Amino acid sequence: MMFEPHAPTRRQLLLGSGVLFAWAHMPRLALAEGRDPRLLVVVLRGALDGLAAVPPVGDPDWVRLRGDHALTADGATPTLPLDNFFALNPAMPNLHRMFKAGQASIVHAAASPYRERSHFDGQDVLESGSVKPGVTGSGWLNRALETLQPARRVQGREAFAVGPITPLVVRGKAPVLSWTPPRLQPAGDDLTARLLDLYRHTDPALARALEERLGLAAIVREGSQDSAQPDPAKPGAAKPPGPGAAARVYFAMAAGAAAKFMARPDGPRIGALAFDGWDTHAAEGAANGRLAMLLGALDAALAAFETGMGDAWKETVVAMVTEFGRTARINGTAGTDHGTATVALLAGGAVKGGRVIADWPGLGDAALYEGRDLRPTTDLRAVIKGVLRDHVRVDAKALSSAVFPGSDAVEPLGGLVL
Amino acid sequence: MALDRGAQAALALHRFGLGPREGSIAAIASDPRGALRAELDRPNAGRIEDANLRSSGEVARTVHQYAIEQRARAEKQPDKPEMAPASATANPGPSVPQQFYLADVKVRYGAATGADVGFVERLVWFWSNHFCVSAEKSEVRPLCGAYEREAIRPHVLATFSAMLLAAEQHPAMLRYLDNTRSIGPDSRDGLRQKRGLNENLAREILELHTLGVRSGYSQDDVTRLAEALTGWTTIPFANASEKGGEFRFNPHAHQPGARTVIGKTYGAAGVEQGRAVLADLARHPATAKHVATKLAVHFVADDPPQALVEKLSRRFAETEGNLKELAVALIDAPESWSAPRERLKRPGEWIVGAMRLSGFMPPDVRRLMQMQVMLGEPVWWPPAPKGFPDGSAAWLEGIAQRIDIANEIARRVGETQRDATGMVDAALGPLASAETSQTVRRAESRTQALALLLMAPEFQRR
Repeated sequence: MMFEPHAPTRRQLLLGSGVLFAWAHMPRLALAEGRDPRLLVVVLRGALDGLAAVPPVGDPDWVRLRGDHALTADGATPTLPLDNFFALNPAMPNLHRMFKAGQASIVHAAASPYRERSHFDGQDVLESGSVKPGVTGSGWLNRALETLQPARRVQGREAFAVGPITPLVVRGKAPVLSWTPPRLQPAGDDLTARLLDLYRHTDPALARALEERLGLAAIVREGSQDSAQPDPAKPGAAKPPGPGAAARVYFAMAAGAAAKFMARPDGPRIGALAFDGWDTHAAEGAANGRLAMLLGALDAALAAFETGMGDAWKETVVAMVTEFGRTARINGTAGTDHGTATVALLAGGAVKGGRVIADWPGLGDAALYEGRDLRPTTDLRAVIKGVLRDHVRVDAKALSSAVFPGSDAVEPLGGLVL
Repeated sequence: MALDRGAQAALALHRFGLGPREGSIAAIASDPRGALRAELDRPNAGRIEDANLRSSGEVARTVHQYAIEQRARAEKQPDKPEMAPASATANPGPSVPQQFYLADVKVRYGAATGADVGFVERLVWFWSNHFCVSAEKSEVRPLCGAYEREAIRPHVLATFSAMLLAAEQHPAMLRYLDNTRSIGPDSRDGLRQKRGLNENLAREILELHTLGVRSGYSQDDVTRLAEALTGWTTIPFANASEKGGEFRFNPHAHQPGARTVIGKTYGAAGVEQGRAVLADLARHPATAKHVATKLAVHFVADDPPQALVEKLSRRFAETEGNLKELAVALIDAPESWSAPRERLKRPGEWIVGAMRLSGFMPPDVRRLMQMQVMLGEPVWWPPAPKGFPDGSAAWLEGIAQRIDIANEIARRVGETQRDATGMVDAALGPLASAETSQTVRRAESRTQALALLLMAPEFQRR
């Protein structure tokens, strides 16, 4: 079964973003050790430009590749220093604060085993944990949960409901709950029907806008029964007010609220969120534009999550991963195209932080992968395996078979967590 | 389209105000236009006096201190693992910066729901969005309310040039549009630090705040204005803590020399150079046209009558940008009243309208914030310096989300005392169509009747 991408209409963005998918049980083993680890996986869909997020300001080729778009320590929007080679995009002051406090690490030049450049296949590989796309309909996080011995069911069943869009990474046999942020109780069908009737008689434009929603709602309903249902294009759909502004604000609020759930003593311990919109082909705006806004939104969500977790933050790991990186050079439209290696961001009180972990391949023309992309030197699966083994106590053998099949050669990266 | 007095009163409240409260339509029916003027004539109109709110300087200093304490705490924590498990978690509540933001949001809702008609508040909202800053930048967020109180409200019925100057030299704006980072390359600091210009503020002043996009200025004008504004920054917290975070002109960061902007040469005059350019921009005919067009679009129609735009533009020029006279010209023009009621209310307008009608006022202002977020118009949080869009098309898609909110408000208000007919009269007066009256009357409950009324085309459009 193929992973089914969804068109980013505003309505769907709101549905997909900020919905917390969480495991329904406590992890018994870690609890038995007297620890109470929390893990949140954030999937950044659309391919994050790792070089713009964590610029290698010490690399002699960096400015040559990006020209005016290269973020530097002394540019108009100066980067935030990490070590004497890497710096952080200035849109992420919270991640920087965490890094400096030893609560965040960055793995650079990392990539999943996928080497083509299709978003949907890339997301499939990233989230399924397979080597190739289209092999399995379940996700690595779910299969990791399956190997853990479940303890008692987490509380708050009344607050959970089956969500409309379940990301692949959490799909599978282990029972997953989804929690939609405390949005408003949806209006009943009867109210909507009466309004539609009124609009049809008095205001055709409002009637059309409402019909669109009813159409979309029907798609979501069908989609939850049959996830292979394609999403028809909606040519007449009105543009959202401001590019994704509402969704960005909403995401931070939702992340903060989701954290409060995971912070509860009887709440879920392992969850996943998705955050779309990283496909920055034109006018990438690493310093002041779109990417800066997205990174700022991610940063705000991270800070909201930290705040929401309260004391539980010190036992938390937030792992932020994306399907692949972007071209090392800036393209003709001040953007970047689909690439290969990128960053994985780890934050949380349980992270052994303050480090950029990279076997840096360099940015010289000969060093670039296929002459265009940052060359992958760390397998993203090694990072995830390290976190799953050392933080959540997933069995090492299972990691190489059930969770990431065929990854025996990929050693878990040790020492990522305290 | 001649309207009777009752219909004019209802239109005045919806189009120029924030919607009727119980009895509002009848109260102003004898002289709807006079009621709008009376709001403009009230002493201290537009201003907010609230002893609990802080000046932008106080806010900035408190937030700065808070950040220092947070950092200190964060540095201490890793070596001091506490024994308390997650069960000891206490909800820390909103952070200090967030508290400032929320306090001002709450007072703003109070001003909007408490106004008789709401014309002056609508003008405040209009100008605040014209000269917007955004809470999207975390260092700006706690200042948003103080910015509106200090830069917008005192000038909303005074002069455009005064508001322009107050906005551009406000710490919130200087931070939002990066002018605090802009340094004249040949200034003392520029030569020392090898840093330079940031054109962000200068560009937005020309493109958004004054002349308008494609009105004839060049990249060179942007750069020259940016140079004129170098040194417009805020007082560092360390050196002079009692004034830290407030506006100051730093001559050491100012690009020295005379310069030419839009064909006029300004001699070297320190901070006065930039002020002189702003004063001329405020007087420029392109500014009058830009402002007049935006005002007409906001209040009257997506595609406003040309005659109205010309009237407003002329009045702006004649009075040297007197904004009270401009507001009077707006309500005096027959075109302002005769345009069809097609403009979709922006989310904030509509939510406040629903609050005024129903008495809905949640104890936690975050509930209202959440509604505005859902509808794509979080308070003081526009996605870009251009502010929130005004055209109906931009908000049409959100009509579906409004149903959920109307439903929520109706549920929270509960079974109101009024019958359905009374509700329609209070909300719409003679503007109610027969279809709307019937739909509301036939609702299955009073809760549903209120939700239907809030969603009626006559309550959504103005």
